Amino acid sequence: MIATLNTYETVQPENVKTWFKAAATSKFPKNGGACIKYKDKQIAVFNFAREATWYACQNLCPHKMEMVLSRGMIGEENMEAKVACPLHKNTFSLKTGENLNGSLEGIATYPVKIEGDFVYVGFVD
Amino acid sequence: MQTILVVGNGMVGYKFCEKFVARAESRNFKLVVFGEEPRAAYDRVHLSAYFENRDAKALELAPLDWYSENGIELVVSESVTDIHHTKKTITTASEKEFSYDYLVLATGSAPFVPPIQGIEKEGVFVYRTIEDLENMLAYAEKIKKIKPNGRAAILGGGLLGLEAGKAVMDMGLEPHVVEFAPKLMPRQLDARSSNVMQLTLESMGIHIHASKATNKILGNGAITGLDFGEDDTLVVDMLVISAGIRPRDELGKTCNLEMGVRGGIVVNDKMQTSDPDIYAIGEVALYNQMIYGLVAPGYEMAEVAVNQILKKEDVIMRPEIDMSTKLKLIGVDVASFGIPYMPADKGLSIIYENKTKGIYKRINVSHDGKTLLGGIMVGDAEDYSILHQMYLNDMPLPDNAEELIVGSRGEGGSAFGSAMDLPDTAMVCSCEAVTKGGVCGSVLVDGNETIKAVAMATKATTGCGGCKPMVNDLIKESLKTLGKTVKERICEHFDFSRQELFDIVKLKDVQNFDDLLDDFGTGHGCEVCKPAVAAVFASIYNETANRQDTIQDTNDRYLANIQRNGTYSVVPRVAAGEITPKQLMAMGRIAQKYDLYTKITGGQRIDMFGAKLHELPLIWEELIKEGFETGQAYGKSLRTVKSCVGSTWCRYGMDESVSFAVEIEHRYKGIRSPHKFKGGVSGCIRECAEARGKDFGFIAVEGGWNVYVGGNGGANPKHAVLLAEKVDKAAALTYVDRFIMFYIKTAQPLQRTAPWLEKLEGGITYLQNVVINDSLGIAAELDAEMQALVDSYKCEWQEAIETPEIRERYTHFVNSEETDSNIEFVELRAQKMPKEWA
Ligand code: SRM
Ligand SMILES: Cc1cc2nc3c(=O)[nH]c(=O)nc-3n(C[C@H](O)[C@H](O)[C@H](O)COP(=O)(O)OP(=O)(O)OC[C@H]3O[C@@H](n4cnc5c(N)ncnc54)[C@H](O)[C@@H]3O)c2cc1C
Ligand code: SF4
Ligand code: FES
Repeated sequence: MIATLNTYETVQPENVKTWFKAAATSKFPKNGGACIKYKDKQIAVFNFAREATWYACQNLCPHKMEMVLSRGMIGEENMEAKVACPLHKNTFSLKTGENLNGSLEGIATYPVKIEGDFVYVGFVD
Repeated sequence: MQTILVVGNGMVGYKFCEKFVARAESRNFKLVVFGEEPRAAYDRVHLSAYFENRDAKALELAPLDWYSENGIELVVSESVTDIHHTKKTITTASEKEFSYDYLVLATGSAPFVPPIQGIEKEGVFVYRTIEDLENMLAYAEKIKKIKPNGRAAILGGGLLGLEAGKAVMDMGLEPHVVEFAPKLMPRQLDARSSNVMQLTLESMGIHIHASKATNKILGNGAITGLDFGEDDTLVVDMLVISAGIRPRDELGKTCNLEMGVRGGIVVNDKMQTSDPDIYAIGEVALYNQMIYGLVAPGYEMAEVAVNQILKKEDVIMRPEIDMSTKLKLIGVDVASFGIPYMPADKGLSIIYENKTKGIYKRINVSHDGKTLLGGIMVGDAEDYSILHQMYLNDMPLPDNAEELIVGSRGEGGSAFGSAMDLPDTAMVCSCEAVTKGGVCGSVLVDGNETIKAVAMATKATTGCGGCKPMVNDLIKESLKTLGKTVKERICEHFDFSRQELFDIVKLKDVQNFDDLLDDFGTGHGCEVCKPAVAAVFASIYNETANRQDTIQDTNDRYLANIQRNGTYSVVPRVAAGEITPKQLMAMGRIAQKYDLYTKITGGQRIDMFGAKLHELPLIWEELIKEGFETGQAYGKSLRTVKSCVGSTWCRYGMDESVSFAVEIEHRYKGIRSPHKFKGGVSGCIRECAEARGKDFGFIAVEGGWNVYVGGNGGANPKHAVLLAEKVDKAAALTYVDRFIMFYIKTAQPLQRTAPWLEKLEGGITYLQNVVINDSLGIAAELDAEMQALVDSYKCEWQEAIETPEIRERYTHFVNSEETDSNIEFVELRAQKMPKEWA
């Protein structure tokens, strides 16, 4: 499981090699998330409509190593966008991946862009 | 630049670093810390929490980065072996040498292992570090594999021993605590309280063997039992030694520091050892000829040492150290303070004992009745903080000192004044040494208004957390003096309480979360306000969670309870627990088809576990076809109405409890509320349905039904109280309708009916006036609101499977048909369970 965790590493927008065409924007609920599969990775993608911003991060919660973050509630704390894990409500910044309410390992975040009606997630592989 | 070397990165060594780097003058020093353990300092006090989450990181006092960010060099897995005080250097186990200007010894203590024959056998453990715990866990697993009823003994019935007892119980072994003295916790408890404690522990399944001297550990290689002499033995598979501590003072011997006869490095009130450049703090330090086995004195020692090294020489250790303790123990409140027990010539004692409830309270008062000398509380230590403060601050006692422990609480207020009556110097948080003045100042001067902000600023409540209620009170009271009304704000996004939001939504006819946030809140919401508001919408419009799905808690969003591996459980409604053989077969068939683990729940119905997200609509489609509907096991809403068989079959039954239970379960099903609520109906006062353990309950009696409200099981069990007596069914229903509606409108998020009722000013009498005598003139409104909810019920699972857009939500990936390959099951008694967390 730790091995799985290590496959997720934050991708900075300037380093993107592949923009993966994930799914139509309509597949992602407003102010909520859904999960996409890219190679062996599970990526949670959030349509933060209130901010008119999209975010992506690993679907794996580092707390108990379950693939659940896309099912979490999103929101904001001092205007820092965050997701709360559905299992134990640990919260993570969607910008930096940092664990906001404790000292868990952070999560990897990925760049997202919208072109036409499609969501693209940026990867380095 | 001068160099300080700290030996030991335990709780006190860490606190020294934290306090040191917080000081501006610390920039002129280099700080190097050596820790023998493989990881950075962690919260040993909450070591047992590791059982629950196996999460070493959660125990960390600070992450590794913290040390480097603060210019501290931390060397872990390295023990210091020698001090050469003439050269002012030390050497480590890997033979490196370091020189110092100041040396701080914070090497703590080690468990004392008595020289009993056979103590070296496999399966004998001590309990001090995370590694100890991991070894115990691994061994317990091994035992459980070969033996279903494995047993573990704990040698020593003191504070730690009892905690270890709970720990081995949580590991699935039968715990046996063996104590040499005739009573448990001999240092803190008198014989009677110890007795009460013992009864409670035994009722929890912890076996106690007092007055037993262990002669020998039996077994060939691995432990198989304890021998107490004269054919008296105890068969066990594991032993945890908790027979006291011994200071780790080895280093003191290497350079001839002055030591106590029974160990410990002698320090003066500056925490200096006999070599003035060497300090000792924490459990290795012998101060006043005592080793203090608690963190609070250790933290104070760290503070003193920091000040001394920074030449603030007037900060010294207090001559007397308070050893009062409140235990976070094992589900039983235990506290002792001051002089817990003493002979009669020293003072008078007031004792309250209630063995049926497992409560014992004792306070010791001076002969003139003016001062509190100390006391003990077992079973109920709610008033510990305030009593402890009265003791520490020599506060005057009320005329009837007995009110301090038997005061008619709830009615007519308590015997205590407000926390604001304490002097400013009163130590409110003893772990972090924060005074009442510190807390109030943080509010009044620095403008911190929430417990979170005050905790960040002062660190109060961040230790054992026992002072939280008092700190909370102080914050509220301080805000009041500023003329700020203290509102229950649900979170940073809404400056309103739940009750206020309820009224806003209703009166302004707000239809969705975004509008509410735009018009009455700020920001974009969070995981606290979203579900709270979702419940408000549901209670007002009876809308299902399907409409605004992304503001719902995960269980509501997917209409199923998420399980620890991300799968879900399925619980159809089985009103009152009544089920036909045909339905049973249908459920069995479906569970088998989808390979679900099935179990009878504590709520008289059947739970099917292990459904993957995409299977939920398929399973429900089949269930609904068989006539089932959702059981809302996931919702903060009506769960079940438990019934007993009642007069239709039972020879004692006074009325038809099942029929009544079926009727009310259907009446309230689907109604969402601040927290879940449950009902019960018993056919006579034998109470087989445990109706008084529920949020509302009916018991058939001669001449009608007795109606009870405000009960629950759970972490703080509470019996429901009588709302109305011998009323007919119609009246019983009306009262409960109003009670539930009133609760839904006024409770705080996640507040169940029992705590709600407890907080309701005027209590049950007030509630009776509202729901029976209509004292507020709102009865008709409550009736109409309830009827509207009842009339608009729909099964949300039916809605989900019939609506393609909702059905679409049930896929693991939106760009692939595959399912989550991360989910793995293992076999369990011919069924399955999630694979253990790695
Ligand atoms: C399945 C079941 C245990 C079982 O196998 O028997 C169960 C399982 C859970 N209980 Fe329970 N409780 C179950 C009966 C009970 C009972 C017994 C009863 O209802 O008579 C109680 C004590 C009575 C009471 O509630 O007052 C009970 C007191 C709790 C509590 C403590 C509530 C409290 O006020 O302190 C929680 C925690 C909470 O709700 O915050 C809880 C929470 C939970 C949760 C929802 C925890 C969670 O969030 O995952 C569990 C998940 C259920 C699931 O995944 O399906 N469960 N739980 C029982 C389901 C009953 C049903 O048919 O719906
Ligand atoms: C299960 C448990 C529950 C407890 N509950 C409570 C409670 O509820 N309330 C309370 O007040 N207290 C409690 N305590 C006691 C509390 O944990 C101790 O008082 C506290 O940890 C003492 O801190 P310390 O830094 O002096 O010692 P420690 O935390 O033991 O730290 C000493 C460190 O120094 C290291 N060390 C030793 N020698 C060397 C060397 N030569 N070189 C390098 N490193 C060395 C050790 O490995 C250790 O990491 C509990 C203890 C346990 C084990
Ligand atoms: S409560 Fe009364 S009626 Fe119900 S089963 Fe028990 S004895 Fe029978
Ligand atoms: S698994 Fe995510 S918070 Fe526990």
